[in-house]
Amino acid sequence: MSTSNNPITTAIRRATAAGRPALVAYLTAGFPSRQHFREHLLAIATEAEVVEIGVPFTDPMADGVTIQRASRAALEAGVTLEWIFSELENLQPKPAAALLIMSYLNPLLAFGLERLPEAAARAGISGFIVPDLPNEESGEMRPALSAKGLTLVQMVTPVTPEARLKTLCVAAEGFVYAVTSTGITGKNFGATEETIAYLERVRAAATVPVCAGFGIRSREQVDRLKSHVDGVIVGSALVEVLERGEDPAAFLKSLWA
Amino acid sequence: MSLSSNKPDMLKQLLHGDYPDARGRYGAFGGRYVPETLVPALDRLESGVRRHLHADDFQAELMAELRDWVGRPTALTPAPTLGRRWGAQVWLKREDLAHTGAHKINNAIGQALLARRLGARRIVAETGAGQHGVASAAACARLGLPCTVYMGAIDIERQAPNVDRMKLLGATVVPVTSGDRTLRAAIDEALRDWVSDPDGTYYLLGSAVGPHPYPYLVRELQSVIGREARTQMLERAGALPDLVAACVGGGSNAIGMFHPFVADAAVQILGVEAGGRGAGLGENSATLSYGRPGVLHGSYSMLLQDAHGQVQETHSVSAGLDYPGIGPEHSLLHDSGRVRYESATDEEVLDALAECCAAEGILPALESAHAFVGARRWAQANPGKRILVCLSGRGDKDMPTLQRLLVPSSPERAT
Ligand SMILES: Cc1ncc(COP(=O)(O)O)c(C=O)c1O
Repeated sequence: MSTSNNPITTAIRRATAAGRPALVAYLTAGFPSRQHFREHLLAIATEAEVVEIGVPFTDPMADGVTIQRASRAALEAGVTLEWIFSELENLQPKPAAALLIMSYLNPLLAFGLERLPEAAARAGISGFIVPDLPNEESGEMRPALSAKGLTLVQMVTPVTPEARLKTLCVAAEGFVYAVTSTGITGKNFGATEETIAYLERVRAAATVPVCAGFGIRSREQVDRLKSHVDGVIVGSALVEVLERGEDPAAFLKSLWA
Repeated sequence: MSLSSNKPDMLKQLLHGDYPDARGRYGAFGGRYVPETLVPALDRLESGVRRHLHADDFQAELMAELRDWVGRPTALTPAPTLGRRWGAQVWLKREDLAHTGAHKINNAIGQALLARRLGARRIVAETGAGQHGVASAAACARLGLPCTVYMGAIDIERQAPNVDRMKLLGATVVPVTSGDRTLRAAIDEALRDWVSDPDGTYYLLGSAVGPHPYPYLVRELQSVIGREARTQMLERAGALPDLVAACVGGGSNAIGMFHPFVADAAVQILGVEAGGRGAGLGENSATLSYGRPGVLHGSYSMLLQDAHGQVQETHSVSAGLDYPGIGPEHSLLHDSGRVRYESATDEEVLDALAECCAAEGILPALESAHAFVGARRWAQANPGKRILVCLSGRGDKDMPTLQRLLVPSSPERAT
């Protein structure tokens, strides 16, 4: 699988080549306001190598209170996948960051697997993260996306058994999303010796970059993790920054600079 | 993920017992759509189910608990007054007489026994009507397992009697104020809890929904209803029923009642969903009437959703049926044509509940009363037949709602 020249991998390697961890930043599309979505996205993309654009869903079972709240507000504001794609098509200037769609499966099924890859590619998307689509169920999604050059990012977790970890890492494209701890997004976590050992196991098994995510909020955590991963994923903390009306780029910069 | 349209084949495989297949599929439906964190836990559960569920020692333990603690077999009660009124011979399978007052206990004790064998340190459960919460709390108390029950804030209000019962039985009840604040949000929260401790926590799911192997596990544990009823009908009525009817929320009492009758070609089967206030969006919980295929809570099945794949808010006077999804096997039974599904409105349900009280001296749960509406409708179109109705639970828990809507002397009677 020749995935190293995929735009997501390339963007991550750009940061690691410069001697720092790549930043993968998540925002819920259209939160806290639809009007500022493009502006927020572009601001985030000046600091992050990869931006995950969250599609709001009514039942986000892997998410904590922050992303639940953001999803609910975005849905009330009328955010849909169609709207997200049309905003991205109208995005000027085109961001340097690689863009991913992060969505639970059902909104993607409703959009239609036949037209999803085409629409995503047209919107400048490089790949997808689908938290409720395990590898075993991705038999239709993966080839449909890959036909348009799109990547399906794989998650692994601290409770993934060794053999499964190897299988998932070998098949991974773009980057391996190493979930830091069991549980939902936003929960603070301490990067223990055990976490570090787990991340090193993932790194040893992976052929693409490894990014750690879930509960990353502070400079201290990033410092502790950075020599063990290629990038860090920041979600709930960034959503809270946007919610408070603070500068997202300054926050992202504060995590490593 | 397209609907198979080869109905005769599907039916043949269904009767042959081919579902679920190795991937947890019932035709196109089912599967396992969960976060990666839960995959190993589901793998362990699946192998635990395969190892224990039909093993002699586990079955002996389960059967003893069902007999001595749950009070099985439950009675098959002839309902002569309803029969005269409907122009039929009516039999009621009395799950309301099972310990804690509903069929939910069959599943709860079975899964709690399994959880103990699998080394679980604690149990989490969700509940809508509170019946599964009470059953889980009771089963956990019996087996000495700590139990946490997630319950929507709206349901806590309308099923108040059950909340205190759960607490008395030692469970921690966590009110859910996120999402739609009913059963669906309670399942979301229970899943979030489980995902935080997938190794030590056992998720005791209360209906025939969720990721594989839950729909299968719940069906197997609830099939005791249909097995007993089938034997009792042959003994008491001397024949199989012409119609079997049950209410359908997630579908556990229905699949438990239906499964042993599916191969009996002469028996017609009717599932009754919550028609709520009518056909409008958000006015009902009649998934098979108004839904489209989609993924919620870990399985691909019929789902009440909007054009963008967002799950629809639902309504039903009965908390236990107030759910936008349905178990995958029901989607297959519907698709194959083997089971017919209809809906009953809140108004029809209240009327049927009152009729059963007056005619037979039995207060059914609001959920169960849906089955009576469907059975009565069918009886009127097919006079003189034998009808078996699954009386899934007792209505005591519904008193807050019934006092408001039905009891004539109640001072705070609304509208
Ligand atoms: C008495 C009773 N019947 C039926 C149901 C609906 O659930 P299911 O469709 O899983 O049988 C409930 C759920 O709470 C219930 O309490």
